[in-house]
Amino acid sequence: MAEKVELWRWTESRWTNPDLDWKGKVITSGVDVGSVSSQAVILADGKLYAYSNMRTGSDSPDSAMKAINWAMEDTGLTLKDLVYTVGTGYGRVNVPFSQRAITEIACHARGGNYMYGPSVRTILDMGGQDCKAIHCDEKGKVTNFLMNDKCAAGTGRGMEVFADLLGVSINDVGALSLDIDEEPTPVSSTCVVYAKTEATGLLREGWPKNKVLAAYCSAMAHRIMTLLERIGVEEDFAITGGIAKNIGVITRLEKEVGVTIMKTDKYDTQIAGALGAALFAKALHDKGKK
Amino acid sequence: MITLGIDLGAKNIKVVILKDNKIIAKSNVLAGFEVDKSAQQAIDKALKEAGVKKEDIDKTISTGAGEKLAPFYDETKSIVGCDSLGAVYLHPAARSVIDVGAEEGRGMRCDETGKIIDFEVNEKCAAGAGAFTEAMSRALEVKLEEIGPLSLKATEEIPMNAQCTVFAESEVVSMVHNKVSKANMAKAVHDAMASRITSMVRKIGFNKDVVLVGGVANNVGFVDSLNKDLGLEVIVPKDPEYVGALGAALAAAGWKGGK
Repeated sequence: MAEKVELWRWTESRWTNPDLDWKGKVITSGVDVGSVSSQAVILADGKLYAYSNMRTGSDSPDSAMKAINWAMEDTGLTLKDLVYTVGTGYGRVNVPFSQRAITEIACHARGGNYMYGPSVRTILDMGGQDCKAIHCDEKGKVTNFLMNDKCAAGTGRGMEVFADLLGVSINDVGALSLDIDEEPTPVSSTCVVYAKTEATGLLREGWPKNKVLAAYCSAMAHRIMTLLERIGVEEDFAITGGIAKNIGVITRLEKEVGVTIMKTDKYDTQIAGALGAALFAKALHDKGKK
Repeated sequence: MITLGIDLGAKNIKVVILKDNKIIAKSNVLAGFEVDKSAQQAIDKALKEAGVKKEDIDKTISTGAGEKLAPFYDETKSIVGCDSLGAVYLHPAARSVIDVGAEEGRGMRCDETGKIIDFEVNEKCAAGAGAFTEAMSRALEVKLEEIGPLSLKATEEIPMNAQCTVFAESEVVSMVHNKVSKANMAKAVHDAMASRITSMVRKIGFNKDVVLVGGVANNVGFVDSLNKDLGLEVIVPKDPEYVGALGAALAAAGWKGGK
């Protein structure tokens, strides 16, 4: 029997820094077990050495193990080499090899600061099942934050539902949604369940897929804007998480906010939380040494 | 006097025909995608059952989310107004009415004539509407009409963390992995939904005579959870899904309490 194509399945990734040799260095790691995705980041002397980004399974400890093992793959590293590990994310207390758990808010600010530099003051993390707007200082310390973790509207999971409904790979949603002649009216339903019904109606009316996607991407951008309006956007403004890869949402959000959004193709934007956790691990290890 | 009430809900279209304030016919048709055609079908069905012609109807009132899509009507009336009118007709003591439909949840307080004093509506979020139980019965692979009785067999109270329907779907999947029984999951679903409805109703307050209407009132599991949450026994009239249409027909007849 042919397996059903899972269109929501985003591309998992793994990376090793080719210019770095970990041997003889202090190895710390951060593991972010989210509700949808899990990441592991390994630092050598506080520098990014390797990372992995994969889908969370039904079991948090198992997902944490899989993520770290994949990050260590072909590097010669083993769990014994990790001197300090910090767990973060929704399953942060379920990282079996970690010494500490730190909230994902703190970790995202720290990771965002490393990824985008000390000028970042607002980080929008668009995760699988939540969305956080974080203000931080030049050291990546959280000064204020606001989050939605109650409702799927404006989260990656909502986008997955749409990719599935329209039969489009989640990786292509953004680009397809920009391939339109004129910006359609955004989907009016807030709730993802009702937005699905609304989209089905639009398809029946004869709207092409890209137009429906455009309507949903702009609804999502609008939804996130209402969160941002409540906390305010201080420049520089950066986005982390899976939706940061969706050019359809980002372009429309940029228009709504009226501020340029910092972008990176150096790292997978989903690793910010695990990266922050690994940086905390390094700092905690150094503190313990003193 | 013959009057017709039509309630065009998100999922079903209900029609009630009254003759001198007595129900002589009712019909219920799935709205589908061609709402106008389904509405016509519902009306034709009810007319046939009543044995009357369209010309015999003195007045028609349309209500519900799709009220403007009815093939003909003299007036429209808000669904909250129709609900409370219908509830007071069926239970003269009713002063609080809860309506849980396919895509909306409503709480109302009214006087003895069925006139609205205060109301609260949730039309934004599926978590407080029939769409929630529908999605959950799909996730549990249980027929919608079976999920209610099933939850009465629950042996344990398991809290549901997710409020959002989409997130609750994933939570049910992890409950399945954790070998939670279907009955216990069904109860978790109804408890979660009842708590959403209760928090909406608490905003406007309620009296002891609470009438529960709308299609979801047919779900015994939900009613059980709601009773526990509200700390009273709600009154579920026979055919609770017709109460909105009944109220519309009563309004068309100018009924204002008393028999």
